Amino acid sequence: MTGKDWFLWLPLVLFAGIVTFFLLDLSDPAERTVESAMVGKSLPQFDLPPAASGVPALSRADFAGKPRLLNVFGSWCVPCAVEAPQLEVLRQRGAEINAVAIRDRREDVDAFLARYGNPFARIGSDERSEVQIELGSSGVPETFVIDGSGTIRYQHVGEIRPEHVDLLLAELEKAEAS
Amino acid sequence: MIAEFGLLALWLAAALAALQLLAGAFALKDGEAGATLGTLVRPAAVLQGGLTLLAFVMLLWLFARTDLSVLLVASNSHTAKPLLYKITGAWGNHEGSMLLWVTIMALSGALIAAIERRLPERTMLATLAAQGFVGLGFYAFLLFSSNPFERLSPAAQEGLGLNPLLQDVGLAMHPPTLYVGYVGLSVAFSFAVGALITRQVTPDFASVMRPWVLGAWIFLTLGLTAGSYWAYYELGWGGWWFWDPVENAALMPWLAATALLHSVSVLASRDALRTWTIMLGVIAFSMSMVGTFLVRSGILTSVHSFAVDPERGSFILALLIIYIGGALLLFALRANAVAEGKRFAAVSREGALVVNNVLLTGILAIVLLGTLYPLMAEVLGARISVGPPYFNPVGAVFFLPLVAVMAVGPLLRWRGDAIGRVQGKAILWLAVVVVALALFGFSTDIGFLPLLGMALGLGLAVASLLPLAGRNLLRTPLATWGMVVAHFGLAVAMVGAASDAAFTQERLKAMAIGDTTQIGPWQITLSDVAPVAGPNWTALEAQITASYAKAEPVFLESQARTYWSPQQETSEVSIHTRWNGQLYAVVGKEAEGDRWQMRLWWKPFVTLIWLGGILVALGGTVALVGRVLADLKRRYIQRRIAERQESAA
Repeated sequence: MTGKDWFLWLPLVLFAGIVTFFLLDLSDPAERTVESAMVGKSLPQFDLPPAASGVPALSRADFAGKPRLLNVFGSWCVPCAVEAPQLEVLRQRGAEINAVAIRDRREDVDAFLARYGNPFARIGSDERSEVQIELGSSGVPETFVIDGSGTIRYQHVGEIRPEHVDLLLAELEKAEAS
Repeated sequence: MIAEFGLLALWLAAALAALQLLAGAFALKDGEAGATLGTLVRPAAVLQGGLTLLAFVMLLWLFARTDLSVLLVASNSHTAKPLLYKITGAWGNHEGSMLLWVTIMALSGALIAAIERRLPERTMLATLAAQGFVGLGFYAFLLFSSNPFERLSPAAQEGLGLNPLLQDVGLAMHPPTLYVGYVGLSVAFSFAVGALITRQVTPDFASVMRPWVLGAWIFLTLGLTAGSYWAYYELGWGGWWFWDPVENAALMPWLAATALLHSVSVLASRDALRTWTIMLGVIAFSMSMVGTFLVRSGILTSVHSFAVDPERGSFILALLIIYIGGALLLFALRANAVAEGKRFAAVSREGALVVNNVLLTGILAIVLLGTLYPLMAEVLGARISVGPPYFNPVGAVFFLPLVAVMAVGPLLRWRGDAIGRVQGKAILWLAVVVVALALFGFSTDIGFLPLLGMALGLGLAVASLLPLAGRNLLRTPLATWGMVVAHFGLAVAMVGAASDAAFTQERLKAMAIGDTTQIGPWQITLSDVAPVAGPNWTALEAQITASYAKAEPVFLESQARTYWSPQQETSEVSIHTRWNGQLYAVVGKEAEGDRWQMRLWWKPFVTLIWLGGILVALGGTVALVGRVLADLKRRYIQRRIAERQESAA
């Protein structure tokens, strides 16, 4: 290689530099979920009508006294059906779960509960996503841990998989202790 | 069985790509024994193209039937979708679009194998072997990590639907058009690699490569234009270019291909810029591959979110390292063996084209840096995004001088020229620019960059026609006509963009039914809001009565749509086009007190942006037709000469 040919290697060197960044980025995938700015804050005021036949409605006042889970779901949402068995396990292990059904119709929610079971104590119908937005939830399903004073303690984004059950129960206990 | 048949075709095509590579390599290495193997290469390439096309047709068929036992169909389609969108849904997802990519790549390879006879056979073998090698990697990617024909057992009851933003005729055309451009550049890449292997970089080589570059470039231009218009009316944000990473991923191959198109002309006409042309041939398709990686690996966030999967990202990255890294290594080792081309004076057509190439490469570097910068920052722990405040001014530093060179360059002669010879025309151009600067600069407050853009755009519009001055228009070669039309088209697009940036008026207003508001020369009344239903959506439709300068009113409808499978809300923009601009209206959320949020824009001459884009592509097409006709004529004459000699003997 003569002295004047060094620049022929320049493209390869630049490319190697770019690839290094690609490799570093791939090995450390960026955080893609958007955490609610509401974590640590008090639940917003709301009073929602019932979403399903035979299940009570939901308001802000229903969170008084002890820690509960608040599940944001929709009968039209596939991952929400996927997480139904995990919600049932949580209920059996002592968690009280309230829910907000997003942009839903009563007959659809009834069908959803009939098919996948009903782990919820109360379900409010949020037809226009207003409460969802106030909660700082960016999609369905999401699950919040609310302590006895109505403060949001923890936010779980996406469906609850079996490995998340213990984690959520631990968060409930933490909310109880504080 | 359709899915299995498609998969089989894909495997066979992959085997043929391997054959193409191995037979080509042996034929190059071993003249005697390899000669027989060498004869297999062209048929293998043609057959491979046919099989891949067959696989793609099978996928279209599965989507048309909504075969829910195929995973890809079940996750991206729905029985309630209109048939057109069922079919276009075949490539509105990762696996299907990769199959489209591979199909186009195999078909381009088949085409050069079938018709290209001008190059030395060794260079052709090396080129087809390279094309087979690149294809092989993408077949592996499809078959091992993105199989579009994977079965779903048990079959789904109903499909999950298709992103409603993509249920639009724009989608039917935009990605396939862009892909023909992206992947068409693989031919230039393979030619460059082939020429490096055989060390034969000649003007002949350049004239063989030129129509392929031109063809890919035409489609890239159309794809960018269509994509820009699609984003404009479908996203409902009123803008036409967002410097989104995926837009940049499409822009970078275009910039490289534009540079290549000009340097390949220099090589074909003047036998100069040999190494540089080879370099650009490698870079152009490399940019296509880098773009694909950025979009599909999920390392950048973008409005064009494909199903993102880090494993797929690693796979594509491996392909990048093998192909781009390999080609650049070959370049570093071999480029000094490519004999230096002819020299030329600084003031000459070549000189202007070198400046063009340097500036285009500069813009390419700026866009690449801006696109990758958030990635680099993320590695260092910062999260930032780079947008118009960077791209617009920094890009303009290179783009505006480029436009000035475009005005004068085509007037210069090859090899060497004197500025004095073109003085008159250059002064005419300068006069237009100065008058426009004065006119717009003093009469309105339009901002520095739009002002420069407007003046240089108008100047270029005049200057781009000057190469025709004093010529017999009927005898002017089509290639020259093509250049003139393309340069004029760019001027038109510039004027449109400058006008949009300078004169657009925007209004956001909560309107009750019956309310009236003013935007630019328009008087807008919200006449009614009513629910409407489509095949797979419901919407609130706002009826708008708009009257331009007190003239007869026109009626527009804008919708806020809710699709139910998957659940998503979109805005259907309503646009009214006049010769002097577009009225653009979007209805948004319901506000308190029975009012609706209306966003209104009056955009003078905005349509020129896309009209210009179409003109640029048209210019390319005219030039391509000219080149192909000239080639056919040359072949015909050669045949006649051969016949004469035969009969004389």
